[in-house]
Amino acid sequence: MTSAVSFENITCTFASRAGGPSYTAVKDVTLSVEEGEFVSVVGPTGCGKSTLLNVAAGLMRPSSGVLRVFGEPLAGVNRRAGYMFQAEGLMPWRSALANVTAGLEFRGVAGGEARRRGEEWLARVGLAGFGDRFPHQLSGGMRKRVALAQMLILDPPILLMDEPFSALDVQTRSLMENELLELWSANRKSVVFITHDLEEAISLSDRVIVLSAGPATHPIGDFPIALPRPRDVAEIRLAPDFIALHDRIWRSMKEEVLKGYAQTRNRVAG
Amino acid sequence: MKRRLWPVQLALLAAIFAAWQVLTQPGLVPPFVWENPDRAAFFFGEPVKMFQAIWAWFADGTIYRHLWVTLEETVLAFLIGSLAGLAMGLWLGLSPAASALLDPYITAMNAMPRVVLAPIFMVWFGLGIWSKVALGVTLVFFIVFFNVYQGVKEVSPVVLNNAVMLGANRKHLLRYVYLPSATSWLFSSLHTSVGMAFVGAVVGEYLGSASGVGYLIQQAEGAFDINTVFAGILVLTAFALVLDFAVGRAERRLLQWRPGQGETEQL
Repeated sequence: MTSAVSFENITCTFASRAGGPSYTAVKDVTLSVEEGEFVSVVGPTGCGKSTLLNVAAGLMRPSSGVLRVFGEPLAGVNRRAGYMFQAEGLMPWRSALANVTAGLEFRGVAGGEARRRGEEWLARVGLAGFGDRFPHQLSGGMRKRVALAQMLILDPPILLMDEPFSALDVQTRSLMENELLELWSANRKSVVFITHDLEEAISLSDRVIVLSAGPATHPIGDFPIALPRPRDVAEIRLAPDFIALHDRIWRSMKEEVLKGYAQTRNRVAG
Repeated sequence: MKRRLWPVQLALLAAIFAAWQVLTQPGLVPPFVWENPDRAAFFFGEPVKMFQAIWAWFADGTIYRHLWVTLEETVLAFLIGSLAGLAMGLWLGLSPAASALLDPYITAMNAMPRVVLAPIFMVWFGLGIWSKVALGVTLVFFIVFFNVYQGVKEVSPVVLNNAVMLGANRKHLLRYVYLPSATSWLFSSLHTSVGMAFVGAVVGEYLGSASGVGYLIQQAEGAFDINTVFAGILVLTAFALVLDFAVGRAERRLLQWRPGQGETEQL
């Protein structure tokens, strides 16, 4: 079986602007995400998680290595992937509905048909009747729902998510996580979910991959999560299996997190 | 509190004109600056006579033709200047090579006082409305150009990447991301650019024309008729206020997607 996304010896080195030493964010990463699999990637802050995702999206070309999408090496933007960004990606001058239908418009879907499907998706993410609001008139959680609908309306087989819920408050966040799981289970896609929150990673995924601290980030652990589905992200955190898994993964991460933290501190101090 | 302010503002205006009248009307108060009691009226005019002049203009309808010409010049200068500024701003904003090449020229042309071009435009376009439109265009163009250029430069990279991931090609990006972002900057400079179009029209008329409110002022000045000069200025001021009000209305409609200051309506 071919994997949905596979990283083969991916290395990303950034040239420094002032002509100083170059910076290797990601070094020799090999990992793959199977079809219909939900994989979370966790790692300390600033370790190059987003770099990996940008490579998978085709927004960034790796310095060396190959990225394969369903077996084929990727050239240009990854047309089979949807991307949910950490920061606001909605177009502020378009209403919620127009934002959701933007992708359909780019693909030349007729206006009436696009509107109908847009309304349908707004309803599916719990925003029926909010279509004519502009992003600034929506709360942070609602904007994330619009972004989710905007991505899912195109039905991409691969979802790339870069800490999409990190800006939300705890309650809204677990609500959104449950909704994401529900939408995902209805129509299983391959998901690469980036987060720095181990609990979030375990409660959502089939597999958790732990990255080392930067620079030269690479995977240091790969843990299958054999928890039963469907899951409720708030309840599953109390299950004994969850706690055992959390313990195991955390022990493997701890050293890297401390390393990453020390580096960040030195960078700030220097 | 806020609603009650306009009667006071109106009273203040009336008081200013009353004081003006008292100080300038010949023989009303004993002269204390000049020997000649007519001198004050000669230099500063008399409000009563100004309003008589304005009344006469509107009563016999001569003013409408001039107002119309000034309005026409303002609107044309605004439209042409905005379109040119928008096109140029988009082009230079999206093409770093062209922007680097033309940068010193843009800076030099913006630094040049545009009013000195008026005689040249007079020679090129004659004494009709087009020489005034041309002057207004040179003023409007740079305001719009710099705003649009800034707007293109400041498009959020996340919004851009998001659009790319949703399948936008270069043409889509221009139409759905760069253009809306640039026009929003254009609209936020609407007050300034309409004001500049108006300045271009009036200054152009003053420097040489056969109609327009600027022409009326210039004619009266030639005859040392200070009251008519002030009457023209008052009409222009009122006209500018109406124009500004209309722009404010248009702005509110066009920029409704933007959060107003302190009124982010959240749910």
